[in-house]
Amino acid sequence: MISNLETAENPEKLKRVVIEPLTRVEGHGKVTLLLDENNQIRQARLHIVEFRGFEKFIQGRPYWELPVLVQRLCGICPVSHHLAAAKATDMLVGVKQITPTAEKIRRLMHFGQTLQSHALHFFHLSSPDLLFGYDDEVRHRNIIGVIEDYPELAKKGVLLRKYGQEVIRLTAGKRVHGTGAIPGGVNKSLNTDDRNYLQKDIKQIIEWGEDAVELIKTIYHEHPDYHRDFASIQSNSMSLVNARGEHELYQGGLRARDAQGGDIFDHVDGVRYEDYLCEAVKPWSYMKFPFIQSLGQEQGWYRVGPLARINNCESLSTERAEQQRLEFMPLENGQPVHATLATHWARMIELLHCAEAIEQLLHDEDILGHDLLLKGDMQARGIGVIEAPRGTLFHHYEIDGDGVVQKANLIVSTTQNNQAINESIRQVANNYLSGHELTEPMLNQIEVAIRAYDPCLSCATHALGKMPLEIELLDADGNSLSRIRKQASGEICLGR
Amino acid sequence: MSDKLRVATASLAGCFGCHMSLLDIDERLLELIMLVEFERSPINDIKQIEPVDVAIIEGGVANTDNVEVLREFRRQSNILVAIGACAINGGIPAMRNHFSVKECLEESYINGIGVLNPMIPNDPEIPLLLNKVHPIHEVVKVEYVLPGCPPSGDAIWTFLTELLEGRPIHFPYNEIHYD
Ligand code: SF4
Repeated sequence: MISNLETAENPEKLKRVVIEPLTRVEGHGKVTLLLDENNQIRQARLHIVEFRGFEKFIQGRPYWELPVLVQRLCGICPVSHHLAAAKATDMLVGVKQITPTAEKIRRLMHFGQTLQSHALHFFHLSSPDLLFGYDDEVRHRNIIGVIEDYPELAKKGVLLRKYGQEVIRLTAGKRVHGTGAIPGGVNKSLNTDDRNYLQKDIKQIIEWGEDAVELIKTIYHEHPDYHRDFASIQSNSMSLVNARGEHELYQGGLRARDAQGGDIFDHVDGVRYEDYLCEAVKPWSYMKFPFIQSLGQEQGWYRVGPLARINNCESLSTERAEQQRLEFMPLENGQPVHATLATHWARMIELLHCAEAIEQLLHDEDILGHDLLLKGDMQARGIGVIEAPRGTLFHHYEIDGDGVVQKANLIVSTTQNNQAINESIRQVANNYLSGHELTEPMLNQIEVAIRAYDPCLSCATHALGKMPLEIELLDADGNSLSRIRKQASGEICLGR
Repeated sequence: MSDKLRVATASLAGCFGCHMSLLDIDERLLELIMLVEFERSPINDIKQIEPVDVAIIEGGVANTDNVEVLREFRRQSNILVAIGACAINGGIPAMRNHFSVKECLEESYINGIGVLNPMIPNDPEIPLLLNKVHPIHEVVKVEYVLPGCPPSGDAIWTFLTELLEGRPIHFPYNEIHYD
């Protein structure tokens, strides 16, 4: 563990390097590095710099607004928030089990969402690092560079995302910020035209999903040592699994395992999350630091997301994805895989799984049903837990007798990866950057580590960046001695 | 490079949903890059704000960094576009305007459920929050607004292509109404 890079002893004597804004990640954050005169890195931190205050301002709103309101935390995976809030409000309206049609429509929406988000994350945001290398030219190292150099691949990525977005549109009414789920069920199901439209392309989507897994596997095996070691950290993992221990995205129990794969807890009802998880605050970030209570703050931090889910589950319920999981797991001889860059591989296995699961649901007559909504006796407390594309997501609301929100607590996926991301950037700072003259491509490696987590810094701020890449040299009194400014063109300016 | 429209985009206090809608032009993205050169944007690694023809701004103004970035984008662009409800009127983040900043911070970091060591983050690396979330036109001049939460990919496509052609921008009914 390299946590000793969290706080430097004499920060005022150190040079400060800022990476801001973080790009090709979803949301607002920055990284600061403090270096001594030998360019040894003494401190590395990911800061979340934006704060929105959702927990406060939804107080006083009626509970039925929650699924449409709270999803505006995040436009990248709004469906996750939409559904976590819907599940919490199911509980508020006293509905333990929604109708089969409602549940299958919600699952379809969620698989569509995970498919589009994983495609976006891999193809649009991360593939330039993987295809061109972290030190590729700045102006080329993006999705447009991928379109120019690998047009067929880029098009597949774009169309995979499109398909997921279309599933969302037809189940939620709109691609971004839809309205399909409501307390106690859904407000529409599919008609046969919708179903036929989605069925038309699904075979192709599954094929492309499989191609995507093959692609990342090839990339991984071309430089196995690099992929295994870069930004890798030993961590606990948490995810939902179903009663059989299978991979689960919509409804299941919480499972946490330690770095060796030993159980910490299993099949815990998410409603009891407060008994298992705690959050710490640090003065330098608006993002809190959750940890597993029984292990304490130092040992109890954990990872969530695709890698944690694939490590934690016994199997995947669809055939091709399960086949791919079986090829993935031997990477560490059956031990949990801690290679941070393997998260991309796990992510593509999940993308394939979502495509197959969508196909299965499209053959299920229940999605055409008309039994959409149930009612029960109002409850004061509602908790919804779901696996968002980036990991476990908790929504917790308390209402008064008029159905007005009194209290809210949201623990989003990226927040739960906060310590893990910080540990990964410290590993990179320590192993790849420390002692070197820092250049733009070197600093991009920090972002390569962050991108593996697919952080949704947008949600995490329940955040905006500032200026360009800048290195400032301060003397012992904190006065600026010199300033190095990196222009977008790649040219480096020196000045005071 | 030369005759392409130079476009930069930024997300201030927004949810990135408007940026996602830009990507919702789907395969037209492959066409768009023939017409447009992207300068600083969350989708590439250009971190410097260079002079551009069009700057597209998502999100309202919630902290001192937002003000600085927005002003810099204004200085460097000919046309500045407010995209989505948040940039146009503050949107959902402006719901915090009903409370004081202190109340909001205390709710998250002091009174929050399961918080181990209640304190409000205060490091100098964190930009100062403004008392209220503001629409961007209260800070800079805005040439166009593109409403919606978010506007659809189709509406963004119509907007950009009409602008490129130098035509007045007209939307078909279904691109600006959700009924
Ligand atoms: S207008 Fe809507 S979609 Fe756009 S940033 Fe604001 S909340 Fe997100």
